[in-house]
Amino acid sequence: MDTVKQQPLTGSVVRNKQGAGSLAPWLWTGGALLVFIILSAGIGPVAIPPNTVVRMLLSRIPFLDLSVNWRASFETILFEIRLPHTVLMALIGMALAGSGAAYQGLFRNPLADPYIIGVASGAGLAAVLSMAVSWPVSLLSIITVPLAAFIGALVTVALVYSLARVGRSTPITSLILAGVAVSAFMSALTSLIMLLATHELHRAIGWLFGGFGLGGWEPVIASLPYLAVGLGILILLARPLNVLQFGDIQAKQLGLNVERFKLAIIISASLVAATAVSFAGIIGFVGLIVPHLVRLIWGPDYRRLIPLATIGGGAFLLATDILARIAMAPRQLPVGVVTAIIGAPFFLWLLRRTKKNVSYW
Amino acid sequence: MKILEFHQASFGYNKVPVLRNLSLTVHPGEVLAVVGPNGVGKSTLVKAASGIIPLFNGKITINDQDIGQMTDAERARYISVVPQATHLPGAFSALDVVLMGRTPYLGWLEPENERDRLIALQAMERTHTIDLADRPVGELSGGEQQCVLIARALAQAAPVMLLDEPTAHLDLRHQDNVLKLVRELAIENNLTVLITLHDLNLVSYFSDRVALLSNGKLKKIGLPDEVLNPDDLAQVYGIHIRVVPHPFHGKPLVLANG
Repeated sequence: MDTVKQQPLTGSVVRNKQGAGSLAPWLWTGGALLVFIILSAGIGPVAIPPNTVVRMLLSRIPFLDLSVNWRASFETILFEIRLPHTVLMALIGMALAGSGAAYQGLFRNPLADPYIIGVASGAGLAAVLSMAVSWPVSLLSIITVPLAAFIGALVTVALVYSLARVGRSTPITSLILAGVAVSAFMSALTSLIMLLATHELHRAIGWLFGGFGLGGWEPVIASLPYLAVGLGILILLARPLNVLQFGDIQAKQLGLNVERFKLAIIISASLVAATAVSFAGIIGFVGLIVPHLVRLIWGPDYRRLIPLATIGGGAFLLATDILARIAMAPRQLPVGVVTAIIGAPFFLWLLRRTKKNVSYW
Repeated sequence: MKILEFHQASFGYNKVPVLRNLSLTVHPGEVLAVVGPNGVGKSTLVKAASGIIPLFNGKITINDQDIGQMTDAERARYISVVPQATHLPGAFSALDVVLMGRTPYLGWLEPENERDRLIALQAMERTHTIDLADRPVGELSGGEQQCVLIARALAQAAPVMLLDEPTAHLDLRHQDNVLKLVRELAIENNLTVLITLHDLNLVSYFSDRVALLSNGKLKKIGLPDEVLNPDDLAQVYGIHIRVVPHPFHGKPLVLANG
């Protein structure tokens, strides 16, 4: 802000109205994430009170001496079952919302999301294909499934985008139509493959609806590198993504290599979305709802939107996952079902709102 | 000192040329207005000169450097473009928009620094938009938005500025303000300015030279007094036209009488 002081004339106006430096959005999203992590780790057939969860977590910090006053079985439940599941869910939510925000910026379309533009189904199809080959789940499939899903995601996004393109733009309606059609086709193929591989049918169905067979820390460790790289790139590319909001022509006239930049975003977002799909199946609407709420509340600047949506996405998916676990306890609902039940009405509301006016977009 | 030159350039869409073998030169400190009927290719010319569409043949140069050989960032450091103020992402603040003019100087991963910010603020001061810095551009009037876009082009610090119909949706006063600003900038910053305009009377008053396009070709180029004559205009626009001296300043006043 030094320059502002040098310029008395301009000093008074150079306050960012949305408080670019303000901590509030980070505290809200980060706080929500933390709260839901603690709740999620505690909720289950054997309930662990939140304060005990916090104490147990703190006890793992070296040199911090806490008196152990919880049951020994809690250790196993928390650190080997609940926490890995919780962290994985948080990561998946972050991946879906972060990639959703990036797709929306890329297509300059408020309805783009890994699920709606068909990327998730494409990744799902490729993942099921690779599962059918390298069955049963082994250490190898933990590498091949995400890779296959990534390729499936890229192929699908290219297909949907080229189908939806009218001249130099991608209208909302054609993007959704192309996404729905491609998505339906991919899902049908997925079902077909699962029917043919009957012996693994139950597993695959469970996986597809967002319940992952693998427990423990393995999927967390396996997905973390892909997500860190992909989301890291998306967060770093947020400034040029802002420039792209003026359209391809202006962005190019402003000196952005639009073609190469879009490719970088597509690859990173698809890597992230595909990783989410290969470790948690197809979970819809998270990538749609969370970026929109963030945009509504804190504005369209992708430099904040992508990281905030990422954090918020983790919190949101954890919240729905908690709901899925307690709504019909002891039965556990697939989290994808819950996000769809919440998400579909939101989507319709958004569609109507978009028709009228998108002043915040 | 940067001279913008078209050398026998042909360009258009889908292999169909819109303008053929166009040769013209724009000098530093000069405002060249490009006029012609709807669809003659004025906007296409701006797109070709800013590297948006490739040339079929010929070349466009800045001081003999072919813009077709430049990267997007290199070209954007030579040429800034002021588009029509329509379809702006309205939630960005005016300052955010102007800061995007710094894009050609920043790597993908690089944030704007204080110097970029200072340049953007100076550009806003010069275009009288500094008071709007914090306002979302979507809330600004058409005239204000257009001035913000001119500030963005100024922040680009390019020696050549192209403007595509910057007065299209503005009222009389804002038309006047915007074009006066462009004139002043051309002189102050020794900018090479090419501007497409519909209103021939604005052209007459604000431009140094006029290029009249017709049927895919450059029909005539020269001083407003030479180009804005009833015979050529009647031929190009296909209606009767009279040209009389403007009662205020004596420059050509173009009147259509149907």
